[in-house]
Amino acid sequence: MAERTGVVDEALLRELVPTVIAVLVRRGADFASAEDAVQEALIRALGTWPDDPPRDPKAWLVTAAWHRFLDAARSEASRRGREAAVDAEPPAGPVAGTDDTLRLYFLCANPVLPAAAAVALTLRAVGGLTTRQIAAAYLVPEATMAQRISRAKRRLAGLPLDRPGDLGTVLRVLYLVFNEGYSGDVDLAAEAIRLTRQLAALAAEPEVAGLLALMLLHHARRASRTGPGGRLVPLAEQDRSRWDTGLIAEGVAVLQAALATDRLGEYQAQAAIAALHADSPSAAETDWVQIVEWYDELLRLTGDNPVVRLNRAVAVGEADGARAGLAALGGLDAGLPRFKAVQAYLHERAGDRGLAAELYAAAAQEATSVPERDHLTREAARVRQG
Amino acid sequence: MKYLLLKHYRGGPERVVDYAPMDRWTPEEVDAHVQYMVDLANRLQESGEFVNGQALQPGGSFVRYDGEGKPPVTDGPFAETKDLIAGWMMIDVDSWERAVEVAGELSASPGPGGKPLHEWLEVRPVLSDFGPSTG
Repeated sequence: MAERTGVVDEALLRELVPTVIAVLVRRGADFASAEDAVQEALIRALGTWPDDPPRDPKAWLVTAAWHRFLDAARSEASRRGREAAVDAEPPAGPVAGTDDTLRLYFLCANPVLPAAAAVALTLRAVGGLTTRQIAAAYLVPEATMAQRISRAKRRLAGLPLDRPGDLGTVLRVLYLVFNEGYSGDVDLAAEAIRLTRQLAALAAEPEVAGLLALMLLHHARRASRTGPGGRLVPLAEQDRSRWDTGLIAEGVAVLQAALATDRLGEYQAQAAIAALHADSPSAAETDWVQIVEWYDELLRLTGDNPVVRLNRAVAVGEADGARAGLAALGGLDAGLPRFKAVQAYLHERAGDRGLAAELYAAAAQEATSVPERDHLTREAARVRQG
Repeated sequence: MKYLLLKHYRGGPERVVDYAPMDRWTPEEVDAHVQYMVDLANRLQESGEFVNGQALQPGGSFVRYDGEGKPPVTDGPFAETKDLIAGWMMIDVDSWERAVEVAGELSASPGPGGKPLHEWLEVRPVLSDFGPSTG
């Protein structure tokens, strides 16, 4: 499997991580110790495989991790002055299957965990990333990330690994990973897609497919979403020739299969909206009427979620005119994130440039990221210039 | 989400507790104050929330560009400036409420007589470097 190229097949290594954790758990290790042992084996593999690639990477990882686990268990036992309770010879348990990986998704995204902890643990135990990589991606010190992960594991201690989990939480965690920008050497959006793709293969749930489709369709536009210097390019101004048609085709196919099950959910509805944009040869030809219909569906599915209503108002503004869009904002809290940006856009379209400029400037003050702030500031300047 | 907790030498709302400058405290009071900060940073490290912390010297200067080929102009230090930043701690927490809670703890650092200083700290959300992955 591994080639003598001097380069570790990191993708393969990472795919093996959840399986190897499951093997250790099946041999009697608790999840927290198993996960630690596999992480240490992973780091060793990254160091030694370039010079000495194993013939069977999975067997290598299982052996290395099992030994790490035994060492840790022995030193823990001797620290407590007791005999090691674990046997060096692993019991012949059943072979770890795909269900084990699925259970890991549920465990790592357990609703008792704070979101940031669930994200970190999922990336390490299911994604096979090292603590250092996760810390670099989230711009925190490695020691802090290590603590966040061990705390999460302590919180999970004693929870059975085989209990059915909350799929909604798993999907939220994966979507959080997708929505995080990244630094360091790990592309979190691509990683989120990989993990969602793997989950879709393990669980034939239309909402998993819906989330995968949503990610693929947004990821297809990534190259056109930023201009020189990281400048944010809004959908209407994106160069559609730079959209990744392969990802779009895959996203649409995944979505259609999900919709065919007739079990509609939020992610499928959001993906349907993304697909309508992807389908349109130009911004002007967008089927806004159908997009508004999907937002109506989303409102129903989310129990009148204000963020959905805000985005729906933009679509209404395109379908029925800016005045109708502004009317659709009625009743929404002005403190809602991006509310002022949407208001600014609609007022500009309605011809009130003075008010639009003020609202863009105010929206820039409330932006949560540098690219958004700069974009809104630029919009205010553009509208003021006339 | 990251937040910066800014500590000011001067500036901000009026002090709740009036205390002498640190150099007039007893060495034990200074030690207790410093130890409190170290302990808090350690606790935040353990809770997976600590990003970094730095203290600043009060001195320094304002600097500006003065045109092509000219050296930058400096101005200051200003002994009487109204607002002076003493240092910061950056944290990565789940909510604004948690950031306020941590700032409250930091503000309880002990001063003379071991009593909390109740000093005002400024809490500022940090802008993410990254735009949305959607859109």
